[in-house]
Amino acid sequence: MSNDIFVWVEQFSGHPTAASWEAAGLARRLADELGSDVTACVFGGQGIEPLAQEAISYGADRVLLAEDATLADFRVEPQAALLAKVVREAEPAVVLIGATFRGRELGPALAVELDTGCIADCTALEFEDGQLVATRPIYAGKLLSRCVIPERRPQIFTTRVRAFPKPEPDSSRSGEVTRVEPVLAEDEIPSKVTGFKETKGGVSLTDAAIIVSGGRGVGGPEGYEPLRELAQVLGAALGASRAAVDAGWIPYEHQVGQTGKTVSPDLYIACGISGAIQHQAGMRTSKVIVAINKDPEAPIFKLAHYGIVNDLFKVVPALTEAFKEKLG
Amino acid sequence: MHIVVCTKHTPDSEAKMSVDEAGNVSWGESPLIINPWDEYAVEEALLLREKYGGTVTVISMGPEEALEALKHAIAMGCDEAIRIWEESCADSDTLATSYVLARAIEKMGDVDLVLFGKSAIDAETWQTGPAVARRLGYPSLMYTIKIAELDPDGRTITVERLLEEGRQVVSAPLPAVVGTTKGINEPRYTSFIGIRKAARMEYPLWTLADIGAEADKVGAAGSAVRWPQIFMPPVREGEAEIIEGETVAETARILVEKLLAEKVI
Repeated sequence: MSNDIFVWVEQFSGHPTAASWEAAGLARRLADELGSDVTACVFGGQGIEPLAQEAISYGADRVLLAEDATLADFRVEPQAALLAKVVREAEPAVVLIGATFRGRELGPALAVELDTGCIADCTALEFEDGQLVATRPIYAGKLLSRCVIPERRPQIFTTRVRAFPKPEPDSSRSGEVTRVEPVLAEDEIPSKVTGFKETKGGVSLTDAAIIVSGGRGVGGPEGYEPLRELAQVLGAALGASRAAVDAGWIPYEHQVGQTGKTVSPDLYIACGISGAIQHQAGMRTSKVIVAINKDPEAPIFKLAHYGIVNDLFKVVPALTEAFKEKLG
Repeated sequence: MHIVVCTKHTPDSEAKMSVDEAGNVSWGESPLIINPWDEYAVEEALLLREKYGGTVTVISMGPEEALEALKHAIAMGCDEAIRIWEESCADSDTLATSYVLARAIEKMGDVDLVLFGKSAIDAETWQTGPAVARRLGYPSLMYTIKIAELDPDGRTITVERLLEEGRQVVSAPLPAVVGTTKGINEPRYTSFIGIRKAARMEYPLWTLADIGAEADKVGAAGSAVRWPQIFMPPVREGEAEIIEGETVAETARILVEKLLAEKVI
């Protein structure tokens, strides 16, 4: 048993996700408190070697690098098998994984493999009397729960996306890179990835620093056009309320709320969204919330920091223009 | 085809949750319902049965209240329902729960497909589906938004599953564990006939001995995670600062200045 912290580095087509570096930053902080080391696990397809150095710049002391075709597209079986193997060998105290779709599948699979606990979607992680205590939202954030893994090791935590700060990379840091081989051969992996359909609009909701979101007030599928233009100027992701998704105006992938995605951007611009409790559950932890709504009584104004009471079809294009002027 | 749907009961999504000084969680007068995400799994099982024939069995590990979830699934059209419980199952985390569910599925023996909702709206761990898949050694196909192909004779399934960047298309052999998500279908309402059937139905209770589960892998003894405290989040007080310029263009410019000052752009 060591006091080391392991962190799993997630990548898509060789690009690391922000959630990985948020987890790496947390790993660094915990390791510094324990006086121990951070090991980053970078498992992907050919050409991911540069991620090893990047992981070091985000706080890793050591990187375990596996570069193999079986690990290129995410599948939980080969990732969990290899992660379980390196964890068994090094016996770290903690394994951190970003709570993305992939991470939420990997964490519990790893926990079963190692017969230990996984605490999902943590929003805070602190030592109290030497015991790591996780805080996580339950019942769509209506309540919070404090959780611990008192006996079994390693303790696995998945970290809610954007709940922990992404550290500034430090390219002067150095560390040791060790190559590891996959555990499963292709013919031992049951699932085969046969395609990928990328979401139009580029920026993914859960990673987005800015989200422009539309609800019932946009009135129809074409009502999202001005929102798309604003989102493009800001490099923002496009969100939607349940009402708009249920009406068939925009695909489910865009839905924010209790029955959609939970997001925590720096800026959330709610356009024509009344702010039902279910929607609030998915975006209440946004740093700054702007509400644009014709109805001054809309509940979203209770949650928002800034409000504009007017027609979104007038306000949103004006905002797009104003941002263009300022941002060039 | 034998399809098993794993479900649980939760407080209604509209419930006003609270915690008293002793730390007891309450959902007031709100009813206990089937976990809303599980309705998508039940619906998908029924659609597959309509297409390929077979049986849909719904199972739940839980005390008597779990019957609420099972009854709803039967009222939607499932064929069989089994509850698994004894007192020692209380305080199970997902490690222990997945063990019990996997043992029950293994006991059935002839299962082709295991369906889950994407998560439960109470504890929201997202863990039980992937954990059951790992325990059974079945392919894990979480966040499935479309079953693109199912070939019961060729024993394969192809799904589209949601990842942050888009939809991953994955093929796998049966039996498999599929986690469903909203968008895969539109769950049907329960019918009067269905509700009557659910009321008359027998709900067999399986004990740990029935599924051959070892006592030290269940309940608190079999769990790694403890949750010593549940509490209410701090409430954000206050109202939005309403921005109003002479014209819409001016209003927009004022807001942009404020957002730049907040350093969120």
